[in-house]
Amino acid sequence: MTSEPAYNKPLPTPSAVSQPFWDAAREHRLVYQRCRSCGTRVFYPRDVCPGPECFGVGTLEWVDSTGKGWVYSYTISYQPAHPGFADDVPYVLAIVELDEGWRMNTNIVNCDHDSIEIGARVEVVWDDVTPEFTLPKFQLAG
Amino acid sequence: MDDSLRGAAAIVGIGELKPERTRPGRDAMSLLAEAAYLAIQDSGLTKADIDGMIVDPELAVGSGGGYAARMAEYMGIYPTWATGCDAQGAAGVAMALQAAAYVNAGLARYVLCGMGAAIDPAMRRRPPAGGRTETATTEFQAPFGPTVAANGWYAMIAKRYEALYGATVEKRAKVSVDFRYNANHNPMAIFHDTPITADDVVNSRIVADPLHLLECVMPCAGGCAFVVARADVAQSMPHKPAYILGGGLGILRGNLTHVGEITVSPVGRGAKKAFSMAGYGPPDVQVMEIYDSFTITVMCELEESGFCRKGEAADWIQAHDLTFEGDKPMNTHGGQLSYGQASTAGGCAQVTEAVRQIRRDGGEHQVPGPTDLVYVTGSGGAFSQQSAMLLGSEATL
Ligand SMILES: [Zn+2]
Repeated sequence: MTSEPAYNKPLPTPSAVSQPFWDAAREHRLVYQRCRSCGTRVFYPRDVCPGPECFGVGTLEWVDSTGKGWVYSYTISYQPAHPGFADDVPYVLAIVELDEGWRMNTNIVNCDHDSIEIGARVEVVWDDVTPEFTLPKFQLAG
Repeated sequence: MDDSLRGAAAIVGIGELKPERTRPGRDAMSLLAEAAYLAIQDSGLTKADIDGMIVDPELAVGSGGGYAARMAEYMGIYPTWATGCDAQGAAGVAMALQAAAYVNAGLARYVLCGMGAAIDPAMRRRPPAGGRTETATTEFQAPFGPTVAANGWYAMIAKRYEALYGATVEKRAKVSVDFRYNANHNPMAIFHDTPITADDVVNSRIVADPLHLLECVMPCAGGCAFVVARADVAQSMPHKPAYILGGGLGILRGNLTHVGEITVSPVGRGAKKAFSMAGYGPPDVQVMEIYDSFTITVMCELEESGFCRKGEAADWIQAHDLTFEGDKPMNTHGGQLSYGQASTAGGCAQVTEAVRQIRRDGGEHQVPGPTDLVYVTGSGGAFSQQSAMLLGSEATL
């Protein structure tokens, strides 16, 4: 048994709709939803399609992302918003746009903060934070 | 003239509490009630006259619903129409527009609108124990480091704005400095006694890169309320009415990440509606009360509202004097940055300040030039939903 301190940051509280995302993440697969009726790519997970002309219900299917994308925007946070992040400041909070055209919130890790810029290419890296949850984070693509 | 609300209703009474860092022992209901009592008295009305009410869902947190009725009972007011207005920081303007519709539809004669915000942790309502508090979207935000209030979201807007248009803190600072000057002339402002310079802004610590501390609002406790009546009713009331000439909302997203270009603030659609309903354009505006959660918020709203082109707000701000004595008087009470932001009551206080300027009751911070036409905005979430409204004196009808 390890004596690592318990993970003290917020964890996801999956719903029936979002659970497949976290199940895939545990297997280190980044997934998003795509509408089989109109092709719209969807994130965050839901069970109706937000496509502009689509009224699809139950038409969204999970598909694998390449895990590659670019930094849409980011900030270096100097003030922890949750006690669990107190030892991490400054840390990078980012919006990454995946190459399939959908965006998510994440952290940019494993780099000098000065080397990040908007438009920089990034790739997913996996952080197995607890036995149940693995978080998709991103690093600058080599 | 048409089926619009142009000039059909007016704000006839205002009330607000001075924002304070904390108000120990006071909860949101009591702070709203105190502001509401001031607004009703300012209108020259009694509690029994108030037959319509619009309140903020902040009161609903942990309550299990029914908050408008409970707020009414709490104050001993028994209206025939009471609803909420779930527009976050856009609610001050949104409530005024909603009330204008109510009084003209005959649902009520005098509509009380308002919100209160507690900051004493002991007095903040908690969600029910064991209740599911996360939404479908926060599930994908919180694990990566929730941001302090909205700082992180607006920092990402500012970061991208810098990358696209190149306006850094040196240019944004003037927003904070000019508003602070206004606050220094408003005894109700939380930063009344503290002048700042551009260097102070630039040298204040970075909260979330690129936003510095003096570019961010400080959460306060307070309350704000106003009363709306139909225009013909308003004419025989004690104060000079502030007529609602036009308004609208732009609703774009629930949270910043997933939809649209994040440096485009959604106020544009509301502004277009406000100006077309009122029959005025941006050059006609004499005073602006622009929702200022952060410096960057003001810049994007000015662009989308049509006061300058996209990417030019920083230069526009340098070229104008935004103080109450200046050529483009803006956030004449100090703005939320320097007056204080009591949660959604912060946006409401920009509505009541607009009314004060139209009445020419601004005292030491009264704009010396004409104040017949005032443009007010509200902003909720992280560029999620924004509101725009034109208020005017009788001369603008
Ligand atoms: Zn679809």
